[in-house]
Amino acid sequence: MIRSMLFLPGNTPNIIVNGEILGADAVILDLEDAVAPAEKDSARILVRNALKYMGFGACRVTVRINAIDTEFWQKDLDAIIPVKPDLIMPPKVSCAKDVQTVDAYITALEEKLGLEKNTVGLIPLIETALGIENAYAIASASPRVRAIFLGGEDLTADLHCKRTKEGNEINYARCRMVVAARAAGVEVYDTPFTDVNDDEGIYTDAQYAKSLGFTGKSAISPRHVKAINEVFSPSAKDIAYAYEVMEAIRIAKEQGKGAVALRGKMIDAPIVARAQQTIAMAEALGLGREA
Amino acid sequence: MGNIIRQATAGTLESSDVFVSLEPCASGLEIEIDSVVQKQFGEAILSVVKEVLSEHGIDKGKLTVTDRGALDCVIRARVETAVLRGKGE
Repeated sequence: MIRSMLFLPGNTPNIIVNGEILGADAVILDLEDAVAPAEKDSARILVRNALKYMGFGACRVTVRINAIDTEFWQKDLDAIIPVKPDLIMPPKVSCAKDVQTVDAYITALEEKLGLEKNTVGLIPLIETALGIENAYAIASASPRVRAIFLGGEDLTADLHCKRTKEGNEINYARCRMVVAARAAGVEVYDTPFTDVNDDEGIYTDAQYAKSLGFTGKSAISPRHVKAINEVFSPSAKDIAYAYEVMEAIRIAKEQGKGAVALRGKMIDAPIVARAQQTIAMAEALGLGREA
Repeated sequence: MGNIIRQATAGTLESSDVFVSLEPCASGLEIEIDSVVQKQFGEAILSVVKEVLSEHGIDKGKLTVTDRGALDCVIRARVETAVLRGKGE
């Protein structure tokens, strides 16, 4: 269960070594934008060694590689795949073929190294107008795709508009990403909220992303992790209601009733599905009925 | 495998990092370590450095390692980076 994904620059040891204690469900070790071209070799070797010798405890590990139109991405995969991160994040993915190119390279590496196939997942970073339009094709391009990820900053540059705190300019993209991901049966993660000093803004932004159907949200600062985890966890009230729904369904089945009402409201299939999702999420997070 | 053919550096002097500098040396291996935790971990750092050099078949070269409290995995990474750069790879 990943609610929060925290970006960590791939060439900064004092941040990477603390990665697992920053509270995020997952870290994204960044070999792309956070690393200067002259230090790409240094970052990929550091990330490989951190994964091989240090580990990140219960924190899931994603590595953002360089884009496939650069000279770096294959070297990144050569270094990182042997140490088996949970996910690889290829950036600037604009079509299904981009995903399949990375997938094929990873598959060839797995074969060459004798690694179990398809254990490393993909989380394509969609941050171009073309990528947004192709979101469903990207999300369903390979069985390796576990989730898709919205990159708001590059997207707004591509859209020729300004990135704002309110985020109206990425609203269509957010909605389209959620629909595409759900249609493809994968998870979907929201772009970071970039004002690291705005402790209220992160709550508002995360709550909006959750209301649209995002699975979770990324952060560029550990300061935002707590808010994201809170927002994307089911509330005690949600959990209690979900159990009430399931109990009402159980009793109705016992009594042979077709229609069920709870607190004066009909319980239909979507409500049951949401209750099941809430309970599954609560159980994954170790939250009990009385949480 | 191969020898150091040019001067190279890797890492930084930031906390939890290590700065590695190496250069060709015909006479053999010279390793100098300066660490904020020299007393407690000087030998351990030397051992990690030697292990990485051995993995890369380096038996000639002059290394200066300035440690700022780096974990083993960071020392390994920075020495490996410096070696690969020094080998011209």
